[in-house]
Amino acid sequence: MPSPGSVPLHLLPPGAAAKVVGMEAGGPKRRRLLDLGFVPGAVVEVVRRSPFGDPTAYAIKGSVIALRREDAAGILVRGDV
Amino acid sequence: MASDGLFRTGPRAASGSHPVVALAGNPNTGKSTVFNALTGLAQHTGNWPGKTVRTAWGTARHRGRLYTLVDLPGTYSLLAGSAEEEVASDFLCHGRPDATVVVADATALERNLNLVLQVLEVTGKVVVLLNLIDEARRKGYDIDVGVLAEGLGVPVVPAVARDGRGLPELMDTVAALCDGSLVTHPRPVVYPPDVEESLRRLEARLAGRLPRGAPLRWLAVRALCGDARVLRLLAGPAPPPGSPAPAGPAPPPGSPLPSPGFSPVVRPRPAVSRTSPETKRSAGP
Repeated sequence: MPSPGSVPLHLLPPGAAAKVVGMEAGGPKRRRLLDLGFVPGAVVEVVRRSPFGDPTAYAIKGSVIALRREDAAGILVRGDV
Repeated sequence: MASDGLFRTGPRAASGSHPVVALAGNPNTGKSTVFNALTGLAQHTGNWPGKTVRTAWGTARHRGRLYTLVDLPGTYSLLAGSAEEEVASDFLCHGRPDATVVVADATALERNLNLVLQVLEVTGKVVVLLNLIDEARRKGYDIDVGVLAEGLGVPVVPAVARDGRGLPELMDTVAALCDGSLVTHPRPVVYPPDVEESLRRLEARLAGRLPRGAPLRWLAVRALCGDARVLRLLAGPAPPPGSPAPAGPAPPPGSPLPSPGFSPVVRPRPAVSRTSPETKRSAGP
């Protein structure tokens, strides 16, 4: 569910941190992202972006996960934590 | 790869009458370190694109008894439908291990509990191995093992598999699960009422299509997640009333379940990148 002030994760710059507030991805991709720890309330930090801008490494729940832009775009985050 | 080879004549046939113990866990939790320490085998310790997904198995000896250990592919989930997850899920559902060890990384417990809870929906004969407990302490995590075991309803054994610490205690627990002297009472995951109602209805429909002892609730959960194979099973004809399969006696513990219309399929992992996000372990906190 989009909530006020939420942005898709792929728009966050490296170094930024935010809280997961929703998921627009569906089907197996949604399941996969949830299993990787992108659940509502989880804090995600943008670690670094690869030289060509894709994929991007995100720190979440003690691991660093690399997501493609299209996958990160399905995750809604909000604000600084 | 013939699924029958993996699930029917694989570990079960190799084990003779030894109890079969499955090892499950997230990637990079030290699962294969545990496997190698217990079996003395130099088995594979990696999992990368292009490598065929399969289970490795070996024999462990503990207090004069032999156990067949099955090293399942490392997964974050049993539900998302990747080849690894299907292998792990199918073995737990149809391979009917006598005990299952879920290796969890104590430094990232929250992430690891996802798989622990999913495994507990398939089988209750589980022991959680809380590995890397030394690293967790160095990071300042103080995990109350008793509270964790109480909350999950299954035993939890802290360990440093690299040094072999905790592994004798693990095998004592596994032995007790296998011989029935330890009975677990896993706390079921309770879903919202509408989901529970759907699960109940799906379980009732699945019960007529599967032998007794099949993990109906877990298969119902998979159906709700859109698992194509469970949906096919549900769409197929129901057996006539009074047919022997569901009414018959429960198969002996550990015997492989026949699965009419639901034979496990094992696909080699594609060599090229997949559609799901790729993951790697962080080098530091």
